[in-house]
Amino acid sequence: MPDLLLELRSEEIPARMQRKAAGDLKKMVTDGLVEAGLTYEAANEYWTPRRLTLDIRGLNARSKDVREEIKGPSVSAPEQAIQGFLRKAGLSDVSQAHTHTDPKKGEFYVAHLVKAGRATEEIIAELVPSVVRAFPWPKSMRWGKASAKPGSMRWVRPLQSILCTFGPETEEPVVVDFDIDGIRSGNVTYGHRFHAPGAITVRRFDDYVAKLEAAKVVLDAERRKRIILDDAKNLAFASGLDLVEDEGLLEEVSGLVEWPVVLMGEFEEDYLSIPPEVIRLTIRANQKCFVARPQGRDDTLANRFLLTANIEATDGGKEIVHGNGKVVRARLSDAVHFWKTDQSDLPDLKDFASSAEKFGLDLKKPLDQRMARLDHLNVTFHAKLGSQGARVARIVALARELAPTVGADPDAAARAAVLCKADLQTEIVGEFPELQGAMGRKYALLQGENEAVAAAIEDHYKPQGPSDTVPTDPVAVAVALADKLDTLVGFWAIDEKPTGSKDPYALRRAALGVIRIVVENGVHLPLTRAFMAGVEIDRAAAADLLSFFHDRLKVYMRDKGARHDLIDAVISDEADDLLLVTMRVAALGMFLDSDDGKNLLAGTKRAANILAAEEKKGTVIAASVDAALFRQPEENALFDAVNQAEKNAAQAIQQQDFSAAMLALSVLRAPVDAFFEAVLVNDEDRAVRANRLALLARIRFATGAVADFSRIAG
Amino acid sequence: MTAAHMHPSRSFQGLILALHNYWADYGCVVLQPYDMEVGAGTFHPATTLRSLGPKPWNAAYVQPSRRPKDGRYGENPNRLQHYYQYQVILKPNPPNLQELYLGSLAAIGLDMSVHDVRFVEDDWESPTLGAWGLGWECWCDGMEVSQFTYFQQVCGIECAPVAGELTYGLERLAMYVQGVDNVYDLNFNGREGDEKVTYGDVFLQAEQEYSRYNFEFANTAVLFRHFEEAEAECKALLAAGEAAPGANAALHKCVFPAYDQAIKASHVFNLLDARGVISVTERQSYILRVRNLAKGCGEAFLRTDAGGATMKAA
Repeated sequence: MPDLLLELRSEEIPARMQRKAAGDLKKMVTDGLVEAGLTYEAANEYWTPRRLTLDIRGLNARSKDVREEIKGPSVSAPEQAIQGFLRKAGLSDVSQAHTHTDPKKGEFYVAHLVKAGRATEEIIAELVPSVVRAFPWPKSMRWGKASAKPGSMRWVRPLQSILCTFGPETEEPVVVDFDIDGIRSGNVTYGHRFHAPGAITVRRFDDYVAKLEAAKVVLDAERRKRIILDDAKNLAFASGLDLVEDEGLLEEVSGLVEWPVVLMGEFEEDYLSIPPEVIRLTIRANQKCFVARPQGRDDTLANRFLLTANIEATDGGKEIVHGNGKVVRARLSDAVHFWKTDQSDLPDLKDFASSAEKFGLDLKKPLDQRMARLDHLNVTFHAKLGSQGARVARIVALARELAPTVGADPDAAARAAVLCKADLQTEIVGEFPELQGAMGRKYALLQGENEAVAAAIEDHYKPQGPSDTVPTDPVAVAVALADKLDTLVGFWAIDEKPTGSKDPYALRRAALGVIRIVVENGVHLPLTRAFMAGVEIDRAAAADLLSFFHDRLKVYMRDKGARHDLIDAVISDEADDLLLVTMRVAALGMFLDSDDGKNLLAGTKRAANILAAEEKKGTVIAASVDAALFRQPEENALFDAVNQAEKNAAQAIQQQDFSAAMLALSVLRAPVDAFFEAVLVNDEDRAVRANRLALLARIRFATGAVADFSRIAG
Repeated sequence: MTAAHMHPSRSFQGLILALHNYWADYGCVVLQPYDMEVGAGTFHPATTLRSLGPKPWNAAYVQPSRRPKDGRYGENPNRLQHYYQYQVILKPNPPNLQELYLGSLAAIGLDMSVHDVRFVEDDWESPTLGAWGLGWECWCDGMEVSQFTYFQQVCGIECAPVAGELTYGLERLAMYVQGVDNVYDLNFNGREGDEKVTYGDVFLQAEQEYSRYNFEFANTAVLFRHFEEAEAECKALLAAGEAAPGANAALHKCVFPAYDQAIKASHVFNLLDARGVISVTERQSYILRVRNLAKGCGEAFLRTDAGGATMKAA
């Protein structure tokens, strides 16, 4: 069975796209082959920075003939119908048709057609150009002369050549001949850009891999990764170090080289005075190099870095190590400069006096100075929401106000809030925005802030998503809530809410953050009051924001496995204590799992249905029940029970004891059952009937204090 | 045989002349720097405007580039608020542009058997110019020495055909080939002893002074006003060029002067940004305002002779 070798050679493909692109190529080509009626035994994809390669084994030499029968009319059908059949089947004369017999239809014409199979080469020659044209690159481009005309070919970077051979192992494979916008397929590829730039003629996959290897190209990315990792570990080990492994970096680096050569360089030990994560990020982000640590230590790095070159340099890599070392040192020297600058006095301190006063800042401390500058420079947070300074002032006020609710010291919460955005004015955060908060915490500790305040500066950004941790220290909780609520209220006040998939200010994440913080820390926080504490917001917008919280809460609770009908049953439009909602849902769920709960639900629903039917007819249900109109003892019993249950449930709710409230309601079950058993609501006496309806309304009312039973399924 | 003091590995200006020779030999128009403050060689009308329209265009030039934010008071060995870019623009891009680029590195003395040259993904985008392209950062031993871009869109207009743009960071390259660690130690004129002039001799004082200006002294109220004025003038010139009398009423007659004002607005914006008086959200709207100016200029350029408006349909 013949094999197919396809290589699309281009200018350097971004490392992050290579793996998926090779997979896409395999899928698109094999899907196309199968669709054309071919089968294959195996397909493997490969990639380097300059090529996507596909190795398909055991293809058919041609697709099978496809037999098809087209049923025609009866042999006795009118001439017109027979002519129509012949046209449809592509026959010139009725003698070319067969006759079949069928008990129902009798004798009728059938055309036996054979769609001849096609040579696989022909199928490939059609398929590959269409795959290339439809290739799903995340970003693609046009190039060269051809790009003057609309509709010219797109690729991730200019496509340079296409190699496509096909044939069985035992014979000389042939070139599958096609042309895409002037690029003609062939059996030629090129090796390493510098080591072996000459043309290489290839027959099939086996000699292709071997010839590439000889031309200093390791085709298999997994092998390149292994070489890099092993060599890096060994080099580190030989110096008494452990490599700091980094799978993401390894994947990227393997996509930057065709011939990996790992080298180790060093930098001055002085640089180790800056935090290890700053060193690692600096070297990784800018230089795509690994770092190492002394064996058995995880709190510090070694003054070494490991780079992966793409050539075997004739000087053994001396120049390359030297050059990379220079860049690493320059980057680290930048980082040290940032780290020191962030801890020294700002130049124009005298300008910050009024800002310092406003926030109670101590201008002897570096982070306080940064906050003063943030305010002084009047840096805009959002055109309609004013400056960052104004925003921090609101967060401070709100954090102070929320502090008692979450059990935090108000002064500590206010202090943490004052400093929570100060690190935005630091150099390191300017360079690595992902270190915001983390750097603020470090600088806070260095200037002697207490642990809780420092931790709150980092943790107030949390949780950053559904899987991130939630702050638990009360000071951090106060600041985190204040920050998120201020953002949400602000954007609601100016009517810039998330729509569809658009949520540029990550407001959904902020709302989920508030929800997770209050629920997971057991904080009762009346949201409506908190909404009113900062940016001016009108009632309608506040109500809308609350309903946005309700929607996010439902998503959150459903993800946690809560029944959505129970959530609907306990959420009222005004429910603004989210913890309470979750507690009610939990209690209701447990109650409904009990027999009392199930039966009471059935009874309540029955009452509600009767009432709904009456209300539909326009019957006015009396507001109060008149005991004098009772005719049967079950009515008295139910009335007493409802009164009692209502009172007890109300008390329990007052104490936020929902299990007790459910328990109070559960005593209704027997009288409700007995009532429906013995009493016919539809009495002839209109007054008696109206009174019984009023009694049913009391059941609905009493249970409604706990949950809207009509929204519960089942 | 090049005299020793002219060799790119000895002389900063020798490096520039070697690039000039290489690209002049290829057939480029070798231009002089644009006489305005710009953030990058791309802003030169020889790139921004000439990369638009169907007419072939091959040019090379040095462009002094100003990045007020990158000032370090002359204390950082690598970062400057004023530096030189060497810019090559080839429209349409030739199919062997990567080889041509590597050839230019060889021409300035980089030996690719000991230096590791790499093409690392870098999607280039200039929000202020409404331009984007795909290409790479070109690394030499881990140092970014050039940017290599296939322009896809400029001034919000599709490039047809696509131009290839090469931008060399001259100081970095020179530090590399001269083997110095500090930009101020670069030998500028290639002479030794008393005759030697370093990059520091030429630029150190200016770096210190401009850093003070960029970060401390620049009068932001004045700058804000300059921005408004340049914006208004650009729009006025675009309108005037629209209405100007002439043989061909359909042609635009005042693109280059209008574009100068767009450049001016862009640089003033960079200064304001360096002074830290523009917030993240405001930045967006300033960038958008400059982009609108660039877009207007690009559209007008297409209706000029250089923009191909008078070419006969092929």
